[in-house]
Amino acid sequence: MIRRALVFLATFVALSFLALPLIAIFARVPPGRLLAQLSNPLVTDALVVSLKTTAVAQALVLLFGTPAAYVLARRRFPGRGLLVTLVELPLVLPPAVAGIGLLATFGRFGLLHTSIPFTQTAVVLAVVFVSSPFYIRQGIAAFEAVDVNLVAASRTLGAGPVKTFFRVELPLARGGLAAGEALAFARGLGEFGATIMFAGSLPKVTQTLPLAVYAAFDVNFDVALAIGALLVLISAALLLTLKWLTSSSTSRFRFALSSSS
Amino acid sequence: MAHLLLDFTLPLRAFELELRLAVERTVALVGPSGAGKTSVLRVVAGLAAPSRGTVAYDGEDWTRLPPEGRRVGFVFQDYALFPHLSVRANVAYAGPVGDLLDRLNIAPLADVMPGKLSGGERQRVALARALARKPDVLLLDEPLAALDAHTKSQVRSELSELLRGLGLPTLLVTHDYEDAASLADEVGVLVDGRLRQLATPAELVASPADAFVASFTGANLLHGIAQASDELTEVRLVGGERVFSTDRATGAVGIVVYPWEVSIARAHEDDSALNVLRGEIGSVVEIGNRVRVRIGPVTAEVTSSSAARLELDRGGVAYATFKATGTRLVPL
Repeated sequence: MIRRALVFLATFVALSFLALPLIAIFARVPPGRLLAQLSNPLVTDALVVSLKTTAVAQALVLLFGTPAAYVLARRRFPGRGLLVTLVELPLVLPPAVAGIGLLATFGRFGLLHTSIPFTQTAVVLAVVFVSSPFYIRQGIAAFEAVDVNLVAASRTLGAGPVKTFFRVELPLARGGLAAGEALAFARGLGEFGATIMFAGSLPKVTQTLPLAVYAAFDVNFDVALAIGALLVLISAALLLTLKWLTSSSTSRFRFALSSSS
Repeated sequence: MAHLLLDFTLPLRAFELELRLAVERTVALVGPSGAGKTSVLRVVAGLAAPSRGTVAYDGEDWTRLPPEGRRVGFVFQDYALFPHLSVRANVAYAGPVGDLLDRLNIAPLADVMPGKLSGGERQRVALARALARKPDVLLLDEPLAALDAHTKSQVRSELSELLRGLGLPTLLVTHDYEDAASLADEVGVLVDGRLRQLATPAELVASPADAFVASFTGANLLHGIAQASDELTEVRLVGGERVFSTDRATGAVGIVVYPWEVSIARAHEDDSALNVLRGEIGSVVEIGNRVRVRIGPVTAEVTSSSAARLELDRGGVAYATFKATGTRLVPL
């Protein structure tokens, strides 16, 4: 009896701890005032920056990440395991380290000597760096799950490698790829640490929604809460999309780690 | 008539697959699993590259062509239907659908997804899809293995009729000798990457090249030491019994006797021209209107009526008799 009560208590504490901050965002300020704050220029400017950079960044993730995931899933070559680990490293890297690494690469005195830092391009690069591993890792698992016999069948039926990719492998990996992209999108939208170090927090240029929360909370706590509420809603929508994608019967993808061998 | 000519070597994990074979009508490759049968089909389809030799169709060298450059219709063992495409879309993937759905009796299934089909239906869709490719050569990998016993006999006769109607050079792979014999004009026995014998099903039974081929075709295989005596060869079996054969051989041999050449008696009839083995009745299995009876080391096949007349019961004693002319001696 006591043991049962303790289990319930622990569960209650854990769930409350996770839920309360989210509830607080909406409870502190009445919905009407939250809505009014959304027309604040600080919010609208940050929203525009976030939408623009996210759109470009995710387009890049899809464009370069899909072939990368495919090659890592289908080809067996020496050093493949090392490459897969390299792809996964940014997942566990502290964002500040990502920021300093990007500066060391693209900074004026960095490896490539560019003037990218503190521009909108820098925001895009930071987001791509931290979010693409989510997509690529999931993409590898999704492509690996496509039966090689189906690929062989397609080839014998007269389809070359390109047609086989677009008509068989991509459609069958779609569920897993979409789920990976949803994760990457969410991670990119919330990106803070690498962006503030590599791109700064210039309003209208590099100040994204998470950076705006940080900038606003010194000045106007209500505005910070309004942006917070907006991000909670977007994140919840993404999470629901992800759950729907992973549970739909047509997607045969596994939420598993890709094998690194 | 156009034909497929194979002459290649393909290194596999445990051995090298080495094959020289001309396929004009239907050739079945049979053999134990792991003998390299499927690898042969993969080489013909261009899915595996041989280390040496050529694959040619009608004088056209296919060896360096990618799979999509060869006109082969490959029916995979698990059928490999595209799960995201309907039956019609699966067939259309390879080329114009035309009357293929009607010909293979799958028109009512046109809009069904492969996940909802039975084994027999999948097989017909896979065949229709392979034919939509307008193939010059047909490759069938264990076309009947995924089917249950009931479906199998019907699908087998349908498939046999279809193959005859198509008249394409066809290479099919199976581990079941009966399937091979009923579908193919020629049967090749493949063991450890080598073709042990290539012959018509009748020839394979009449004169098996070796003990393995004989046992694969369903024959009884006994072991003994042969010794020439007069016009017959006398063979002393491991158990001490003696049998006679009209074949010539000396030393260790395999003795091949087909079940339908063995008759059963309850009492010993003394007849020197007849080989007689006494044994306990091990099993009595009815197959249609025939009965397979195990007597000691030998399996006999008799009609149901004679089985009933002989009152064959497990545990009883019976005599298996077979003629010296029906006793073949093969190298081990």
